[in-house]
Amino acid sequence: MSIFSEVPQAPPVAVFKLTADFREDTHAQKVNLGVGAYRTDDCQPWVLPVVKKVERIIVEDTSLNHEYLPILGLPELRSASSKVALGEDSPAIKEGRVGAVQALGGTGALRIGAEFLRRWYNGTNNRSTPVYVSAPTWENHNAVFADAGFADVRPYHYWDGAKKGLDQTGIMDDLEKAPEHSIFVLHACAHNPTGTDPTPDEWKKIAEVMKRRQLFAFFDSAYQGFASGNLDKDAWAIRHFVSQGFELFCAQSFSKNFGLYNERVGNLTVVAQDKDNLSRVLSQMEKIVRTTWSNPPSQGARIVAITLNNPELFTEWKDNVKTMADRVLLMRDQLKAKLVALGTPGTWDHITEQIGMFSFTGLNPKQVDYMIKERHVYLMASGRINMCGLTSKNIDYVAESIHEAVSKVQ
Amino acid sequence: MSLFTEVPQASPVAVFKLTNDFKEDPNPKKVNLGVGAYRTDEGLPWVLPVVKKVEQIIVADPSLNHEYLPILGLPEFRSSASKIALGEDSPAIQENRVGAVQCLGGTGALRIGAEFLRRWYNGNDNTRTPVYVSAPTWENHNAVFASAGFEDVRPYKYWNAEKRGLDLSGFLGDLESAPKRSIFVLHACAHNPTGTDPSHVDWMQVAEVMKRRKLFVFFDSAYQGFASGCLEKDAWAVRYFVTQGFEMFCAQSFSKNFGLYNERVGNLTVVARDADNLKRVLSQMEKIVRVTWSNPPCQGARLVAVTLTDPELFAEWKANVKTMAERVLLMRSSLRSKLEALGTPGTWDHITQQIGMFSFTGLNPKQVEYLISEKSVYLMASGRINMCGLTTKNIDYVAESIHESVVNVQ
Repeated sequence: MSIFSEVPQAPPVAVFKLTADFREDTHAQKVNLGVGAYRTDDCQPWVLPVVKKVERIIVEDTSLNHEYLPILGLPELRSASSKVALGEDSPAIKEGRVGAVQALGGTGALRIGAEFLRRWYNGTNNRSTPVYVSAPTWENHNAVFADAGFADVRPYHYWDGAKKGLDQTGIMDDLEKAPEHSIFVLHACAHNPTGTDPTPDEWKKIAEVMKRRQLFAFFDSAYQGFASGNLDKDAWAIRHFVSQGFELFCAQSFSKNFGLYNERVGNLTVVAQDKDNLSRVLSQMEKIVRTTWSNPPSQGARIVAITLNNPELFTEWKDNVKTMADRVLLMRDQLKAKLVALGTPGTWDHITEQIGMFSFTGLNPKQVDYMIKERHVYLMASGRINMCGLTSKNIDYVAESIHEAVSKVQ
Repeated sequence: MSLFTEVPQASPVAVFKLTNDFKEDPNPKKVNLGVGAYRTDEGLPWVLPVVKKVEQIIVADPSLNHEYLPILGLPEFRSSASKIALGEDSPAIQENRVGAVQCLGGTGALRIGAEFLRRWYNGNDNTRTPVYVSAPTWENHNAVFASAGFEDVRPYKYWNAEKRGLDLSGFLGDLESAPKRSIFVLHACAHNPTGTDPSHVDWMQVAEVMKRRKLFVFFDSAYQGFASGCLEKDAWAVRYFVTQGFEMFCAQSFSKNFGLYNERVGNLTVVARDADNLKRVLSQMEKIVRVTWSNPPCQGARLVAVTLTDPELFAEWKANVKTMAERVLLMRSSLRSKLEALGTPGTWDHITQQIGMFSFTGLNPKQVEYLISEKSVYLMASGRINMCGLTTKNIDYVAESIHESVVNVQ
């Protein structure tokens, strides 16, 4: 008898199952619009040219070794990342009240932040502080906070399915009604999965309520630069909150904007009221890191740090990012144009109004099922598609498939 | 008023504080015998020649990209790493009942294993299963299991200070009196911090009790190859337990034996009764990984996988490992003979009888304090020294300093 006899089989993570099913599909015209990774117009992964360049620099640099990084990570990565999020001239940075923890991608940054908040925020070891995540949100948000010990993870209104846009009144209502000190996970830009972001005015209103009601702002920033092609534009919301005096966390991921998915490059930026508070917070985060991964991996952090801290490489990187963002924008334009040309029932403005990697098409589960089974076009049950999966070669097929799905299935 | 006003300053991790103090010490004769990383005879970090070679191979390979690894990690890494621990011809591997999770160093492997056990071992969500760690043990063991939710982490007798050796009867006694199904963290070889391992006969006795009393075996293997210079020798205990039919975990680290400290290369090898149980266990481990770091970092795992799966590189790696192990052995015999030549009070056999990176010198806290403040020789308060910190250039000074401290301080 095994000691593991009673261990149940866990269901697979939906997005990876989708890709697994896609791989097994033999249909010649199959398209994968599932998992969120950039693809070129040849539908290939893309190692950014600047990344290839810096990888060579690293391997040639005989002064580098593999000694443990500090627990909080590579200092140059931490400071450069925070600058990217908050701006080179951020007053908060100048005031010495911004710190960071290098983490394992966005997931790791969220996890460390969540572990810290559960231990030290709103009392000590307070597992009952409500954590609000948008409805819908990235499928892993809920589980990360739950695993960190939060017992009360709740949705806040976000997506209005009927109007295919932001449910502003719903958001504001939830913010007004949330218990004080509740934690809100905010998508900095390019909301996943809806691609729908608040406008600057809407962000201002959100910030006003959050400040008044003492709600904690925890930004998730996985697409900076990738969304609009412009780093500063994509960081507007975070910087606004900082300018409003919030103490906040921002979980940054460099998976998408550096294409460094598998090197797990993330950064938890911490903005505190002052140096002293910051120092104590970071010391507690060290303890959390120590029992999770001890100290973080170097390779990806080095690549990002070298790039961000060298003016030429930084420019080259921004250019590479724009390449990706521009291709996505092109696919958005073309998909919308083709659906409109086909006379596909419904409106398709949201395809070009939404931003970032994903589009919430508005397709219902039955239509999604049709797309997968009949057309071999793979997308999430929510109707989310990854624009990066579209290419000039498959876009007609996808547009026709959507047309069919919407026309035939209700 | 800050949200973080009540957050206390955490105390620094002792071994890193020691290194900081060392760095700030202006004494030109200072020696750092603290943190556990290999040093050459010049007192420098060593990037293994085979690692440098494989880094070049990787950067030149255009077929590689940075797409997400599977949640459980790079398959070639996982399987080759488990083979290293259990042996190329391991029946358990042939029976398809061995699996693995690529983790963030040994720490990450311990953490994932601990998280799994807390959820699924000995009942569901069993935070009260006792977890036994050796007295003394690596300073982070206790905290990793506690962070995973175990409420009852206890010491098992291990080090006999008077005889400066293993307290076998104490160890066996604790095994006999532990509640059934308790978890025991065993050091596969090169015990940290004592350098004192059970003999084969000792291990056989330990295994017999553990089997009879249904205690869970969780090996920590951070020094395979590094201890004796021979991979098989250093894996004897792990393999013996497998032959005895245990279902068990082995947390492997490649930090030391590959010198890849900062790339966080670890593997949690899982041995189950059969393929079905293994599958369910791994599926649950996937869920745990997903909310911790999502999927692991690639660079270090690729390096190790490429090396282990290529016969020439594998041979070169083993030679590099032997180089490190032999320098340590040389320092051991030099230090012992110098202390004996100086007539330093006490016996010093343990210096050469102990194995691996560390030696438990037997120096008491006052003597340690003397060494640090009077001689600028830095070692842990426990009397643990890292043999790698010794070189042909500093060994006389260290021997004389130890002599002085033993003679002057009681």
